[in-house]
Amino acid sequence: MINGADVGFVMQDVLLDLAIPSRLEAMGSVQARLDAALRRLGLDDQARHRISLATHEAVVNAIVHGNRGDPGRPVEVQLTCDGEDLVIRVADRGAGFDPAGVADPLLPENLARPGGRGLLLMRALMDEVGHGPGATGGTVATLRRRLGGDPPHPGSDH
Amino acid sequence: MANITTRVRDGVTILDVAGGLGIGEGDSDLRDAVRQALDGGATKILLNLGGVDFLNSAGINVLASSHTAVSNRGGKLKLVSLQPKVQDVLVITRLVTVFEIDDTEDEAVASFA
Repeated sequence: MINGADVGFVMQDVLLDLAIPSRLEAMGSVQARLDAALRRLGLDDQARHRISLATHEAVVNAIVHGNRGDPGRPVEVQLTCDGEDLVIRVADRGAGFDPAGVADPLLPENLARPGGRGLLLMRALMDEVGHGPGATGGTVATLRRRLGGDPPHPGSDH
Repeated sequence: MANITTRVRDGVTILDVAGGLGIGEGDSDLRDAVRQALDGGATKILLNLGGVDFLNSAGINVLASSHTAVSNRGGKLKLVSLQPKVQDVLVITRLVTVFEIDDTEDEAVASFA
Protein backbone atom coordinates (compact mmCIF):
# COMPACT_ATOMS: atom_id res chain seq x y z
CA MET A 1 0.00 0.00 0.00
CA ILE A 2 1.56 3.28 -1.07
CA ASN A 3 0.54 6.38 0.79
CA GLY A 4 0.52 9.42 -1.50
CA ALA A 5 2.12 11.55 1.19
CA ASP A 6 5.15 9.22 1.25
CA VAL A 7 6.03 9.60 -2.42
CA GLY A 8 6.07 13.39 -2.61
CA PHE A 9 3.99 15.71 -4.75
CA VAL A 10 1.66 13.52 -6.75
CA MET A 11 -1.60 14.85 -8.11
CA GLN A 12 -4.01 15.95 -5.39
CA ASP A 13 -2.08 14.74 -2.39
CA VAL A 14 -4.37 15.35 0.55
CA LEU A 15 -2.16 16.81 3.28
CA LEU A 16 -4.89 17.80 5.72
CA ASP A 17 -8.59 17.04 5.96
CA LEU A 18 -10.45 18.48 8.95
CA ALA A 19 -14.00 19.17 10.00
CA ILE A 20 -14.58 21.55 12.91
CA PRO A 21 -17.70 22.80 14.65
CA SER A 22 -18.66 26.42 13.92
CA ARG A 23 -16.98 27.87 17.00
CA LEU A 24 -14.14 30.36 16.89
CA GLU A 25 -12.47 28.39 19.71
CA ALA A 26 -11.89 25.60 17.19
CA MET A 27 -9.59 27.87 15.16
CA GLY A 28 -6.55 27.05 17.30
CA SER A 29 -6.46 23.39 16.32
CA VAL A 30 -6.85 24.25 12.63
CA GLN A 31 -3.94 26.70 12.80
CA ALA A 32 -1.69 24.27 14.66
CA ARG A 33 -2.31 21.38 12.26
CA LEU A 34 -2.06 23.60 9.18
CA ASP A 35 1.23 25.04 10.39
CA ALA A 36 2.62 21.55 11.03
CA ALA A 37 1.62 20.48 7.50
CA LEU A 38 3.20 23.61 5.97
CA ARG A 39 6.40 23.02 7.98
CA ARG A 40 6.61 19.51 6.54
CA LEU A 41 6.57 21.10 3.08
CA GLY A 42 9.59 23.17 4.11
CA LEU A 43 7.88 26.57 3.76
CA ASP A 44 9.59 29.52 5.43
CA ASP A 45 8.12 31.73 8.18
CA GLN A 46 6.66 34.39 5.88
CA ALA A 47 5.05 31.88 3.51
CA ARG A 48 3.58 29.91 6.41
CA HIS A 49 2.25 33.10 8.04
CA ARG A 50 0.62 34.31 4.82
CA ILE A 51 -1.04 30.97 4.04
CA SER A 52 -2.04 30.52 7.65
CA LEU A 53 -3.61 34.01 7.89
CA ALA A 54 -5.48 33.58 4.59
CA THR A 55 -6.87 30.26 5.84
CA HIS A 56 -7.78 31.84 9.18
CA GLU A 57 -9.81 34.52 7.36
CA ALA A 58 -11.58 31.91 5.21
CA VAL A 59 -12.46 29.78 8.24
CA VAL A 60 -13.71 32.80 10.23
CA ASN A 61 -15.90 33.80 7.25
CA ALA A 62 -17.23 30.24 7.02
CA ILE A 63 -18.06 30.15 10.74
CA VAL A 64 -19.45 33.67 11.13
CA HIS A 65 -21.00 34.51 7.76
CA GLY A 66 -21.56 31.04 6.26
CA ASN A 67 -22.75 28.93 9.16
CA ARG A 68 -23.90 31.93 11.26
CA GLY A 69 -22.08 30.49 14.26
CA ASP A 70 -24.34 27.41 14.42
CA PRO A 71 -22.08 24.84 16.16
CA GLY A 72 -24.13 22.03 14.62
CA ARG A 73 -22.96 23.02 11.15
CA PRO A 74 -19.37 21.98 10.40
CA VAL A 75 -16.65 23.82 8.53
CA GLU A 76 -14.42 21.56 6.49
CA VAL A 77 -10.80 22.47 5.78
CA GLN A 78 -8.76 20.58 3.25
CA LEU A 79 -5.16 21.17 2.22
CA THR A 80 -4.03 19.49 -0.97
CA CYS A 81 -1.05 19.59 -3.25
CA ASP A 82 -2.23 19.90 -6.83
CA GLY A 83 0.83 19.53 -9.03
CA GLU A 84 2.95 22.57 -8.08
CA ASP A 85 0.10 24.36 -6.33
CA LEU A 86 -0.91 24.29 -2.73
CA VAL A 87 -4.70 24.42 -2.53
CA ILE A 88 -6.83 25.07 0.55
CA ARG A 89 -10.56 24.51 0.42
CA VAL A 90 -12.83 25.79 3.18
CA ALA A 91 -16.41 24.60 2.98
CA ASP A 92 -19.39 25.82 4.99
CA ARG A 93 -23.08 24.85 5.07
CA GLY A 94 -24.43 28.37 4.70
CA ALA A 95 -26.74 30.12 2.26
CA GLY A 96 -24.05 31.04 -0.27
CA PHE A 97 -21.79 34.03 -0.80
CA ASP A 98 -21.30 36.58 -3.58
CA PRO A 99 -17.87 38.29 -3.37
CA ALA A 100 -19.16 41.03 -5.71
CA GLY A 101 -21.37 42.25 -2.85
CA VAL A 102 -18.36 43.18 -0.70
CA ALA A 103 -17.28 46.86 -0.73
CA ASP A 104 -13.72 47.49 -1.93
CA PRO A 105 -11.75 48.47 1.19
CA LEU A 106 -8.93 49.88 -0.98
CA LEU A 107 -11.03 52.77 -2.31
CA PRO A 108 -9.90 56.00 -0.62
CA GLU A 109 -13.36 56.58 0.88
CA ASN A 110 -13.31 53.09 2.44
CA LEU A 111 -9.68 52.95 3.63
CA ALA A 112 -10.40 53.93 7.22
CA ARG A 113 -13.71 52.05 7.39
CA PRO A 114 -14.26 48.58 8.77
CA GLY A 115 -15.38 45.72 6.54
CA GLY A 116 -14.30 43.84 3.45
CA ARG A 117 -10.76 43.27 4.64
CA GLY A 118 -11.01 39.52 5.17
CA LEU A 119 -11.53 38.97 1.46
CA LEU A 120 -8.88 41.56 0.61
CA LEU A 121 -6.36 39.87 2.87
CA MET A 122 -7.05 36.45 1.35
CA ARG A 123 -6.61 37.82 -2.18
CA ALA A 124 -3.42 39.63 -1.29
CA LEU A 125 -1.88 36.75 0.65
CA MET A 126 -2.60 34.03 -1.91
CA ASP A 127 -2.15 33.73 -5.69
CA GLU A 128 -5.79 32.91 -6.38
CA VAL A 129 -9.00 33.05 -4.34
CA GLY A 130 -12.34 31.76 -5.54
CA HIS A 131 -15.77 31.16 -4.05
CA GLY A 132 -18.29 28.70 -5.42
CA PRO A 133 -21.21 26.54 -4.37
CA GLY A 134 -20.36 23.35 -2.49
CA ALA A 135 -21.44 19.86 -3.60
CA THR A 136 -23.87 19.58 -0.70
CA GLY A 137 -24.87 23.25 -0.47
CA GLY A 138 -23.05 26.10 1.22
CA THR A 139 -19.95 27.82 -0.10
CA VAL A 140 -16.47 26.55 -0.83
CA ALA A 141 -13.63 29.06 -0.68
CA THR A 142 -10.63 27.91 -2.71
CA LEU A 143 -7.25 29.47 -1.89
CA ARG A 144 -4.36 28.67 -4.19
CA ARG A 145 -0.67 29.33 -3.64
CA ARG A 146 1.89 28.48 -6.29
CA LEU A 147 4.92 26.82 -4.78
CA GLY A 148 8.33 27.83 -6.01
CA GLY A 149 6.88 30.69 -8.08
CA ASP A 150 6.89 34.41 -7.44
CA PRO A 151 5.35 35.46 -4.16
CA PRO A 152 2.04 37.33 -4.39
CA HIS A 153 2.30 41.10 -4.85
CA PRO A 154 1.13 43.32 -2.00
CA GLY A 155 -2.23 44.83 -2.80
CA SER A 156 -2.79 42.67 -5.88
CA ASP A 157 -6.40 42.11 -6.80
CA HIS A 158 -8.00 39.46 -8.93
CA MET B 1 -6.44 38.37 23.02
CA ALA B 2 -4.63 41.63 23.59
CA ASN B 3 -3.37 43.20 26.82
CA ILE B 4 -3.26 46.99 26.96
CA THR B 5 -1.52 49.32 29.38
CA THR B 6 -1.61 53.11 29.16
CA ARG B 7 1.15 55.57 30.06
CA VAL B 8 1.98 59.18 29.23
CA ARG B 9 5.37 60.36 27.97
CA ASP B 10 6.12 63.99 27.02
CA GLY B 11 2.44 64.74 26.52
CA VAL B 12 1.90 61.68 24.32
CA THR B 13 -0.51 58.99 25.53
CA ILE B 14 1.08 55.65 24.76
CA LEU B 15 -0.93 52.44 24.71
CA ASP B 16 1.27 49.36 24.91
CA VAL B 17 -0.58 46.57 23.14
CA ALA B 18 0.47 42.93 23.48
CA GLY B 19 -0.96 39.67 22.19
CA GLY B 20 -3.20 38.98 19.22
CA LEU B 21 -5.36 41.69 17.65
CA GLY B 22 -8.61 40.50 16.11
CA ILE B 23 -9.16 37.39 18.17
CA GLY B 24 -11.44 37.47 21.19
CA GLU B 25 -12.16 40.30 23.56
CA GLY B 26 -8.90 42.18 23.14
CA ASP B 27 -10.48 44.15 20.32
CA SER B 28 -13.02 45.89 22.49
CA ASP B 29 -10.28 46.39 25.10
CA LEU B 30 -8.28 48.43 22.60
CA ARG B 31 -11.37 50.37 21.48
CA ASP B 32 -12.19 51.11 25.13
CA ALA B 33 -8.62 52.17 25.93
CA VAL B 34 -8.57 54.58 22.98
CA ARG B 35 -11.97 55.98 23.98
CA GLN B 36 -10.81 56.43 27.58
CA ALA B 37 -7.73 58.29 26.39
CA LEU B 38 -9.91 60.57 24.24
CA ASP B 39 -12.35 61.15 27.09
CA GLY B 40 -9.38 62.08 29.29
CA GLY B 41 -8.50 64.82 26.81
CA ALA B 42 -5.65 63.08 24.96
CA THR B 43 -5.05 64.24 21.39
CA LYS B 44 -1.65 62.63 20.79
CA ILE B 45 -2.10 58.88 20.95
CA LEU B 46 0.58 56.34 20.12
CA LEU B 47 -0.12 52.63 19.83
CA ASN B 48 3.03 50.67 20.61
CA LEU B 49 2.37 47.37 18.81
CA GLY B 50 5.75 45.81 19.63
CA GLY B 51 4.03 43.01 21.56
CA VAL B 52 1.41 42.27 18.88
CA ASP B 53 2.26 38.94 17.27
CA PHE B 54 -0.98 38.40 15.34
CA LEU B 55 -3.19 40.74 13.32
CA ASN B 56 -6.16 39.66 11.23
CA SER B 57 -8.86 41.56 9.36
CA ALA B 58 -10.90 42.07 12.56
CA GLY B 59 -7.83 43.57 14.25
CA ILE B 60 -7.28 45.83 11.25
CA ASN B 61 -10.85 47.04 11.56
CA VAL B 62 -10.20 47.97 15.21
CA LEU B 63 -7.09 49.92 14.21
CA ALA B 64 -8.99 51.66 11.40
CA SER B 65 -11.96 52.59 13.59
CA SER B 66 -9.63 53.81 16.36
CA HIS B 67 -7.88 56.00 13.82
CA THR B 68 -11.22 57.45 12.72
CA ALA B 69 -12.36 58.02 16.32
CA VAL B 70 -9.18 59.95 17.16
CA SER B 71 -9.29 62.00 13.94
CA ASN B 72 -12.93 62.90 14.59
CA ARG B 73 -11.89 64.46 17.91
CA GLY B 74 -9.16 66.45 16.18
CA GLY B 75 -6.40 64.22 17.52
CA LYS B 76 -3.69 62.14 15.94
CA LEU B 77 -3.13 58.38 16.22
CA LYS B 78 0.22 56.85 15.30
CA LEU B 79 1.69 53.35 15.37
CA VAL B 80 5.16 52.27 16.39
CA SER B 81 7.33 49.13 16.71
CA LEU B 82 5.50 46.84 14.28
CA GLN B 83 6.64 43.24 14.02
CA PRO B 84 7.40 42.23 10.40
CA LYS B 85 4.28 40.04 10.16
CA VAL B 86 2.08 42.93 11.29
CA GLN B 87 3.81 45.39 8.96
CA ASP B 88 3.27 42.91 6.08
CA VAL B 89 -0.47 42.88 6.74
CA LEU B 90 -0.74 46.69 6.89
CA VAL B 91 1.17 47.01 3.61
CA ILE B 92 -1.15 44.54 1.91
CA THR B 93 -4.25 46.40 3.10
CA ARG B 94 -2.65 49.77 2.21
CA LEU B 95 -3.27 50.98 5.74
CA VAL B 96 0.34 52.13 5.73
CA THR B 97 -1.05 55.07 3.74
CA VAL B 98 -3.59 55.88 6.48
CA PHE B 99 -1.45 55.48 9.58
CA GLU B 100 1.72 57.28 10.43
CA ILE B 101 4.15 54.57 11.44
CA ASP B 102 7.49 55.06 13.13
CA ASP B 103 10.24 52.57 13.84
CA THR B 104 11.10 53.64 17.38
CA GLU B 105 9.14 55.16 20.24
CA ASP B 106 11.65 58.04 20.53
CA GLU B 107 11.05 59.03 16.91
CA ALA B 108 7.30 58.67 17.30
CA VAL B 109 7.08 60.80 20.46
CA ALA B 110 9.31 63.48 18.90
CA SER B 111 7.17 63.53 15.74
CA PHE B 112 4.07 64.59 17.69
CA ALA B 113 5.75 67.79 18.85
